[in-house]
Amino acid sequence: MAIKTILGLFQDANQAADAGDAVKETGVSENDIDFLTDCPYPEGAFGEREEHIKLFLFPFIGGLLGFFGGIMVTSMTQMAYPLITGGKPILSLPPMAVVMYEGTMLGAILFTVLGVLFESRLPHKMTEAYDERISQGFIGVLVRSEEGKEQEINDVLSKAGAVDTKIA
Amino acid sequence: MQEGRVLPPEQINKDLLNSIMGTPKWYWPAVGICSFIVLIAAIVVGYMINKGLGITGLNRPVMWGFFITNFVFWIGISHAGVMLSAILRLAKAEWRRPASRAAEVLTIFSLMTAMTMPIIHTGRPWRSLYWFFPYDFARGIFPNVRSPLVWDPSAILTYLTSSILFVFIALIPDFAILRDNTTGLKKRIYTALAMGWQGNARQWKLQIVAGILLSALILPVFVSVHSIVSWDFGMAVSVKAWHSTVFAPYFVVGAVHSGVSAVIFALILLRQAYGWQDYIRREHVEALCRLLIVVSTGWFYYFCMEIIFGIYGREADEVAIRTLQFLIYPWNWIMVFFIITTYFLPIFLWSRKVWRRNLVIVSIACISVNIGMWLERYILFVPGQINKQLFTFTWANYTPSIFEGIIVLGTFALVTLLLLLFSKVMPLVPLYDIKEGDILKTEVQIGRRTVPATFRED
Repeated sequence: MAIKTILGLFQDANQAADAGDAVKETGVSENDIDFLTDCPYPEGAFGEREEHIKLFLFPFIGGLLGFFGGIMVTSMTQMAYPLITGGKPILSLPPMAVVMYEGTMLGAILFTVLGVLFESRLPHKMTEAYDERISQGFIGVLVRSEEGKEQEINDVLSKAGAVDTKIA
Repeated sequence: MQEGRVLPPEQINKDLLNSIMGTPKWYWPAVGICSFIVLIAAIVVGYMINKGLGITGLNRPVMWGFFITNFVFWIGISHAGVMLSAILRLAKAEWRRPASRAAEVLTIFSLMTAMTMPIIHTGRPWRSLYWFFPYDFARGIFPNVRSPLVWDPSAILTYLTSSILFVFIALIPDFAILRDNTTGLKKRIYTALAMGWQGNARQWKLQIVAGILLSALILPVFVSVHSIVSWDFGMAVSVKAWHSTVFAPYFVVGAVHSGVSAVIFALILLRQAYGWQDYIRREHVEALCRLLIVVSTGWFYYFCMEIIFGIYGREADEVAIRTLQFLIYPWNWIMVFFIITTYFLPIFLWSRKVWRRNLVIVSIACISVNIGMWLERYILFVPGQINKQLFTFTWANYTPSIFEGIIVLGTFALVTLLLLLFSKVMPLVPLYDIKEGDILKTEVQIGRRTVPATFRED
């Protein structure tokens, strides 16, 4: 069965939170309700589900890869043509550590950014209902439901004080 | 710290996007002037490549002059972004909000500009590739990682990549606002850049966590970059006067000093140019000035340590360099001018609250700091090379040529030009950050007074 998305636009945060509760009472799972805003609200402000993220794993993986990349770059390039300069060892740890450190940090940061995009589900094709007024401060209550139930949810959102609703 | 009024979101969009949606009368003339100076500087660079480094004042034994001074200066300016954005974000300082984006963007453009300096300085820019690629693929001769000059590109490229990504992640929600407020081709471009951002709770949570995580990750990079730049000098075998263990922290604190001053000046210009009085307020400028009092005093402490430890050991090389810096004309005058402009004048101008809130006085102080910090690098690098050789007949002075001056001037025009162009396509004050600040604002009753307060999540 096709999934429909219903969007209710609210001017007031309290009304949006109440609308979310009202939609849940119709049997819609909290996983199928999203609150769309133009800036971050305190977590739980709309009674939304708690989001579990695993972003902290990404910098560890990236950092490890960057560290080993740093070891490879510093050691393999020096071993390729082992020319002694200044009486120093070919593989001298202090200077290698500088490049390894930068490699570690670069890997960690690159993977953190990739992690943010991955965990945010970006890039994302906007096929769901959306309204440009959200960027003007309106709060969007986005509900995903099975086809046939959209009108009921639409009515619930309107009754809760939505200034406008959309079905997609 | 909440003098501003709470504005409706549509008003915030209108005000902060006015640099993108409209074009002030001064904009194109300013772009034209900057472009002209950059063009002249580029022609001079071309002329220098054609004629050789002989047209500069560089000659034995002083081979690092204006270009390297300018390189370190711009690297220093680039430290403002992380200082303001990352440290204040981790410290949950509310007043960072309007300053963070401009500071981060200034970081990126000053880093890019800084990177041009050593490349120009080589005289044969194409040879800079040898810092990254092997001299000889067939025999496998790669750059020597034991040289600090090879650490530099690795640190600076890491910092530049990190800073770009840091800004990009924070720009995604603002791209979505631009997507929703534009039409035609602009809308299509911002739609692609916003990548389908909706602004749901998960995306916002990740945005906040990413801000903290990236701040924490970029801070060690920020410290490492200027430390490594200082090691270009501190670990140079040939110039004994540069051997100083205090160089790394001294450079880092000095970079923050000049960088934050530059950001304050940029913010004041933005406030006046775009009418952002409701966003970049006097309280923000005052808070930054108070921060700078601490930073500049920390810098002055390191400056004193460098001088005292240099003289106290009574090593011949150190005594020679200090004699040159403090007693021999013109270096002694440059030294006096630099100490006054870097520390005593700005500290005096920041000493009173009414002065810290006066934008003209603060601008003078910030410009003074940056003139002084430029001279600091100059007086640190050049005198050390003048008598680096053993015999007096190999000593020689350095007089910069007009060509070096034009190229240095061109770098200032380049950073200004890049900032102007950026302001035309992307918001220089983060919209969602300002809106979040307004949401978290509240008032509490304490006794008979109603005072502003800010709710903060942990």
